[in-house]
Amino acid sequence: MASELEVVQTGVLTTVQDAGRPGLARLGVSGSGAADREAYALANRLVGNGGGAAAFEVTLGGLRLTVRGRVTIAVTGAPTSLTLDGRAVGTHCAVQVSDGAEVALGTPEVGLRTYLAVRGGVAVPPVLGSRSTDVLAGLGRPLQAGDVVPVGTATEREIPAVDVAPVPRPQGGDVELRVELGPRDEWFTTEAVRLLREEPFTVSSDSNRVGMRLEGPTLTRSRDDELPSEGTVPGALQVPADGQPVLFLADHPVTGGYPVIAVLVNKDLSRAAQARPGQRLRFRIVGKGS
Amino acid sequence: MRLLRCGDAAVLVEVEDLDQAMRLYAAANQHPSPGVVDLVPAARTLLIRIDPTATTPQAVADYVQGLRPVSGQRADQGESVLEVTYDGPDLGEVARLTGLAEQEVVDLHSEGRWTVAFTGFAPGFGYLVGGDDRLNVARRSQPRTKVPAGSVGLAGEFTGIYPRESPGGWQLIGHTRAALWDVDRDPPALLVPGTRVRFEAVG
Repeated sequence: MASELEVVQTGVLTTVQDAGRPGLARLGVSGSGAADREAYALANRLVGNGGGAAAFEVTLGGLRLTVRGRVTIAVTGAPTSLTLDGRAVGTHCAVQVSDGAEVALGTPEVGLRTYLAVRGGVAVPPVLGSRSTDVLAGLGRPLQAGDVVPVGTATEREIPAVDVAPVPRPQGGDVELRVELGPRDEWFTTEAVRLLREEPFTVSSDSNRVGMRLEGPTLTRSRDDELPSEGTVPGALQVPADGQPVLFLADHPVTGGYPVIAVLVNKDLSRAAQARPGQRLRFRIVGKGS
Repeated sequence: MRLLRCGDAAVLVEVEDLDQAMRLYAAANQHPSPGVVDLVPAARTLLIRIDPTATTPQAVADYVQGLRPVSGQRADQGESVLEVTYDGPDLGEVARLTGLAEQEVVDLHSEGRWTVAFTGFAPGFGYLVGGDDRLNVARRSQPRTKVPAGSVGLAGEFTGIYPRESPGGWQLIGHTRAALWDVDRDPPALLVPGTRVRFEAVG
């Protein structure tokens, strides 16, 4: 008999995420997928799931579930408390949960997104080949209290024999992110590039899975013509005419008409996805032009 | 043709005009390269997204330079007539920017013979070309965080319709009730590259 997870409380925002739906730009559909891909992948590995299994992405904690049937879970990403029927258990390891138990996540003090994987995967119906919720495209929807989510039965591998997976915690304080200049750094003044390199940018509360609006010095353009819309990528620092950059995340639009001054190195996307409103980002330019 | 860095998981190819972009897109589709995850054609560019564990931007640059553009002509994808109520919040601003009367803006838009050049931005969003040059306007300097679903907008040489509520920086001149995107429909997108579009003023 397949197990189920009944949602008691969702916290600020909980969505189902997997490895996303790459390759659908021709439909105007973004890749989506877990915003912190590393934490998501680790959670799946810890419960012996294949790489594309769907998990819960929990923003600022607070998720509470009642388990129906026996399940194995693992919690990674932004560190929170994890309790089973009020009893504290460890994160970053596989945890057995018995039928009827309540699983509860606390609120992280650092980091933003916590991942809860379940052995067998979260088995909601896929849309366009993926179970990821895309808040911009409106594919899937956030979890609501009362949702009963099925757990899949296909398991790919054994649960690894590891007590706890050692990983660096998401940082409080300033977050350093590596970027490469381009594709449209030439659209900005040398002063703008200097400001990008030397000044902090604060994550505003106007941030979500689509992108993080940043507040900082104005990045001024060196030309005043319009940029024709062009393809964008996660990690792009797109700068509208008001000079305040937006850092694109998993649900970013497929194309955009504001110039992109720099793009995060792919490996730093996961850390960016853990930055909270109020935290400051510092960009270190690498590659050509560094 | 220029090759621009776009992080370590993509390459942005810039070309001279829309026709070149479409031909390059057709060539890349016909001769796919391993490690290429997606292709995003646009007005003057083709973005090539890669799996950074499988290939590198440099390898992709070499591949692009070896591509021979082919005819990008798409088979006619039929016509869509969209009813529009021209009551957009930026209609006055567009009139001001273009020097036209609001009614002239409406007339030029609804008399235009538009075609979907490419899609992107959001599911079901098509970039339509073929309108009168006098309608070319810049985007808003600050994008709206919420543009209502069905909003009809202008930006540069294009018109487009927001299939659902989303952030957006286009100048909004009206709205339509047509369902541009329905994930349960086949095809889910009403507008695909090659669809001819006419707008009809109603309400």
